[in-house]
Amino acid sequence: MTPRHDRRFQYCHPSMKDYLLILVGTILVNNFVMVKFLGLCPFMGVSRKVETALGMGLATIFVLTLSSVSSYLVETHLLVPLGLEYLRIISFIVVIAVIVQFTEMLVHKTSPLLYQVLGIFLPLITTNCAVLGVALLNVQARHGLIESFLYGFGAAVGFALVLVLFAAVRERVDVADIPTPFKGNAIALITAGLISMAFMGFSGLVKG
Amino acid sequence: MFGLWNFDGGIHLPTHKAESSLAPMQVAELPKELIYPLMMRNGEKAKPLVSTGEQVRRGQIVVGADSWMNPPLHAATSGKVRGIEQRLWPQPSSLVGDCIVVDVDGDDESVEFQGTDNYASTPPDELLNKIHAAGIVGLGGAAFPTAVKLNPQQYAIDTLVLNGAECEPYITCDDSLLRHFPHEVLGGAKLLMHILGVNRCLLAVGEDIPDAIIALEKAQSEGEYGNIHIIPVPAIYPTGGEKQLIKVLTGREVPAHGIPAQIGVICQNVATAAAIHKAIITGEPLISRIVTITGRGVLHPQNLLARIGMPIAELVEHCGGYTDSAQRLIMGGPMMGFALPADDLPITKATNCILVAGQGEVIHDKQAMPCIRCGACATACPVGLLPQQLYWHARADKLDRLMDCHLPDCIECGCCDIVCPSHIPLVQYFRSAKSNVAAKQRERLKADHARLRYEARQGRKEREKLERAESAKRKKELLYNTTKIQQKSEPVP
Amino acid sequence: MLAFVVLCAVFAFFGLILGYASIRFKVDSDPLVDKIDALLPQTQCGQCLYPGCRPYAEAIANGKADINQCPPGGEEGVKALADLLGLEAKPLDPELGSEKPQRVAVIDEKNCIGCTLCIQACPVDAILGAPKFMHTVIASECTGCDLCLPPCPVDCIMMEAL
Repeated sequence: MTPRHDRRFQYCHPSMKDYLLILVGTILVNNFVMVKFLGLCPFMGVSRKVETALGMGLATIFVLTLSSVSSYLVETHLLVPLGLEYLRIISFIVVIAVIVQFTEMLVHKTSPLLYQVLGIFLPLITTNCAVLGVALLNVQARHGLIESFLYGFGAAVGFALVLVLFAAVRERVDVADIPTPFKGNAIALITAGLISMAFMGFSGLVKG
Repeated sequence: MFGLWNFDGGIHLPTHKAESSLAPMQVAELPKELIYPLMMRNGEKAKPLVSTGEQVRRGQIVVGADSWMNPPLHAATSGKVRGIEQRLWPQPSSLVGDCIVVDVDGDDESVEFQGTDNYASTPPDELLNKIHAAGIVGLGGAAFPTAVKLNPQQYAIDTLVLNGAECEPYITCDDSLLRHFPHEVLGGAKLLMHILGVNRCLLAVGEDIPDAIIALEKAQSEGEYGNIHIIPVPAIYPTGGEKQLIKVLTGREVPAHGIPAQIGVICQNVATAAAIHKAIITGEPLISRIVTITGRGVLHPQNLLARIGMPIAELVEHCGGYTDSAQRLIMGGPMMGFALPADDLPITKATNCILVAGQGEVIHDKQAMPCIRCGACATACPVGLLPQQLYWHARADKLDRLMDCHLPDCIECGCCDIVCPSHIPLVQYFRSAKSNVAAKQRERLKADHARLRYEARQGRKEREKLERAESAKRKKELLYNTTKIQQKSEPVP
Repeated sequence: MLAFVVLCAVFAFFGLILGYASIRFKVDSDPLVDKIDALLPQTQCGQCLYPGCRPYAEAIANGKADINQCPPGGEEGVKALADLLGLEAKPLDPELGSEKPQRVAVIDEKNCIGCTLCIQACPVDAILGAPKFMHTVIASECTGCDLCLPPCPVDCIMMEAL
């Protein structure tokens, strides 16, 4: 077994290179939307206009980073010491829900237009499987605090990046000459599939 | 040697200038009638200053100045006003409107003109008044009121650019002017430099009209005209576009939605400069201009010094009449001109060319095919816009995206049209999109205005209600007090 | 047992945070209504079944009204609202009327009796007049809402195309 996977070396302090690899890995190589296929609901629902997509992307970055760190803290300082690992999913969902509620109030106050435009998708960040996925994957990969932060941040940046790109493509596709059976969500899904194929070209760039 | 800059895009077009420039320029005979459409810049109707039956003389004002944006119009020769008739206006949309029609008597009697040789002591403001009173507008094609353009108010000007580039194919009127009246042009440049208070003039002349350059240089050596640089510019269309020319000559770019005055430059067509010179030195207002009559549809293509208001039919007659292959009558050049439905329309101050297109000339009957997204239009655009994006958004009526892609900056030059492999009439889409955007903005202003009035009315109603309640309360109190007093003073039964 | 207590404590803590946040980030007015109102044509005609453009804008902001209820705004108005709110554009509700070309009201002065009923009805005060004096419509202010036609007792108001 290589030293990195050997349990005895499990608590090696990660280096700057490892942090960078986490970021590149989550943003490009293992992009949560295009490679892991998580978070498809807001991806399809909010990508009609670039401005909306940008707003949603920023909101998700805020929520994901915060929930990634909070769930790490809850896991490490509450669940593990008290032996309550079996309550992991419930507590993570509650943490995420609280953060999303908080974000919703913040967005409502700072930008009511964005609030109205995002509509139901803002509270639906709670059910975004990418958010819960990041929290659980952090536990599985035994990430430390900084690694959890970067993992969550990178995952959200990757999500926002793909969301904005897809919204830009979708805006152009919407005004183009599309045959009637393909109009709307059909051509959007085909486009998403093509972008996904493009992202799979990154595989092998970073191992793991 | 004067170093030049480049502008992005532009295309090389076959110039077709030899057809009309080789023939000598002639002075057109007096027409039988003069037609003056009563149209103003903002689309409203102008008011005539003459009435039916009135005798007019050359240089007499027939349409008064409405404001500085609408300079006066003068009669080009003497005659009697036949009346105000409904005629076709020389406009792209073929509107019918009121026109003053004058029956020319042939005497060419004129009013008294007052000019001055010594303008150096006249303050620029007074000279601008004279330019406005002479009805001078830009003779390059857009007919913008010159007195307004020469008054840049808060902007400091350091360079005068004179546009003799004449980049549009077929048109040679500026070439003709420069060859026959170089002294007037240079004199006009000197005058303009005095008005603007600049000491540098860049006179651009197209590379493909070398005779004009020679004539200008010879005239310059013969007179004292100040710091005027005569610069040949490449014959790429649309180098003659104001913003493109300024970039080529000075390297400065006019900001988006802005005017050249913001970067210290004022640009005038060479014909405008000559007209200004004439107006100040001799006092004669703008009543004639050189027009190119060309194309395979006319027998003897040439340049004519014609009176403004002269019907096109008479101009073509002077050039030998129509040939058998005459297909379409175009006012302007092949790129920015518009087709006319009849030839009894007059030439206006903005008419630089009458192109009688023959068989297979200029017009093509190719059907528009779907856009293949090749991007050739973006490469050709001299303003650096994305015609393909403008096209798709114009088709889908997405007005906010059109504004994001800078639709108002499109100069409608037609480069994208020419290079499009699918022959899509892009400029038509942009023109209609621009009018849609303008209509939407007008609607929004009207709606905002209506909302203000509605809210004012609601406010007034609220106030009235409050006042009525107040006065009712006061009345009640008064009544109550009076009753109380009465009760007190009456003895209890 | 421990799990239950711990969870309750944690959730209570989160509840406190949310409670504080809901007071701190309280939203008083709704500028979204202004943005919607800016897209409406301001004819105040009531064809949307609301008493004016602002009440309709408020109803849209609250999700109580659909975006296709304004005939004077036309298809373009529906599209603009759809773009603003990120919704699907839909055709105008045919029961509420259809988009008519721009018209202004004109009073036939021969028949006007000076009763001021139309003046009171006009939502933008576009009719000039006084009791027993001639009434006239100021054409540049008239929005074509048709509200002055029903009150006139002698039917002397006509709508003319611009």
